[in-house]
Amino acid sequence: MTPPDYEYLRKLLKDHSGLDLSADKQYLIESRLLPLARKDGFAGLPELVQKMKAGSAALVAQVVEAMTTNETFFFRDKVPFEHFRETIMPEILRKRAGRKSLRIWCAAGSTGQEPYSLAMCLKEMSSSLSGWRIEILATDLSQEVLEKSRSGIYSQFEVQRGLPIQLLVKYFKQIGELWQINADIRAMVQHRQLNLLHDFSQLGQFDVIFCRNVLIYFDLDTKTSIFGRLARTIEADGFLVLGAAETVVGLTEAFKPVADRRGLYRPGDSRVPVARPAGALATAPRRIAMAGG
Amino acid sequence: MKTCLVVDDSGVVRKVARRILEEMGFHIIEAEDGQQALEACRQELPAAVLLDWNMPVMDGYEFITHLRRMPCGDRPKVVFCTTENGMDHIARALAAGADEYIMKPFDKDIVADKFREVGLFQAASPEAV
Repeated sequence: MTPPDYEYLRKLLKDHSGLDLSADKQYLIESRLLPLARKDGFAGLPELVQKMKAGSAALVAQVVEAMTTNETFFFRDKVPFEHFRETIMPEILRKRAGRKSLRIWCAAGSTGQEPYSLAMCLKEMSSSLSGWRIEILATDLSQEVLEKSRSGIYSQFEVQRGLPIQLLVKYFKQIGELWQINADIRAMVQHRQLNLLHDFSQLGQFDVIFCRNVLIYFDLDTKTSIFGRLARTIEADGFLVLGAAETVVGLTEAFKPVADRRGLYRPGDSRVPVARPAGALATAPRRIAMAGG
Repeated sequence: MKTCLVVDDSGVVRKVARRILEEMGFHIIEAEDGQQALEACRQELPAAVLLDWNMPVMDGYEFITHLRRMPCGDRPKVVFCTTENGMDHIARALAAGADEYIMKPFDKDIVADKFREVGLFQAASPEAV
């Protein structure tokens, strides 16, 4: 790829998605965009870029989507899900015992492995959650991955990454060579397309936000801005979970790391309390009542 | 160094599995069928068994039922690794005492994930990007 083409794609991705590629990510562009170029009948990336420059909004959208779609798997990194089971949920069960409701946001829900992993965790502890209203909202920039997430259908390869075999047996059905997560788990997750660069205050307040492996793509100012807006979307005693390679340190005072819990953060003292927006309830996704017992 | 017994009638599969598991720090013993595998276990119980299902002489299912009845035969972690990818086979394997189940084809990420799952491999998951 020529340096001008690379610069063109870098700037375009930055403007459209906030994706901030460093100067050495040509390989990533090639590995993500060559299949797209071939699928659309271009000889290679120069031809693809030429067509984009000539003006093709649809192609630009496809390129942004291809570049921002991340690899993911069930219970990715394990540790965040241990935090969820052992730190987050015991406190939530205690503190929310009165109102019996829990709102979780997967801010980069991707193809669904993360929200469905959380849904399976909650299902496994359903005896403690009898009568609770549980809401898991999965958002992503990409419609294509949201569609896959909604379907809950995964390849044999995908269900073997991170998913214990007992959970596969318990929560999936086999459809030929593919595996579909059961309808009751799918029903626990709501999907919505969302660009983190845009306002998301209409989503209302969350007890837990998983925002993993997406901020790494953004530049510092964008990260700081997103942290500030996340802080206004999270309950004062809520939890933020970041990816293994991500941190708030040096970027924001809005969140503080939790000691001895890698990747786990809570709103800091400087968090500006903001009332729940008036429209939040009207636009919030429907809530799923947790089956008891 | 922990020992992993690799049981498969295909020399190619044993070779691939050996390379992956040695990279993960295991000492490898090979067996071509369930009978050979049982004999190896009578000599010394391995920490892990990577177990094919369909093999001549004695299949993997029969092997695990014998293994689990041996003294201390509950200790080795048994990970099936087979082209039998139906829910019925998986359920039978779990009922017979299997700890994990790999559906072929497999790669080193899947093997590492499954061995991590049964507590035999500690290295962190690789981070993308």
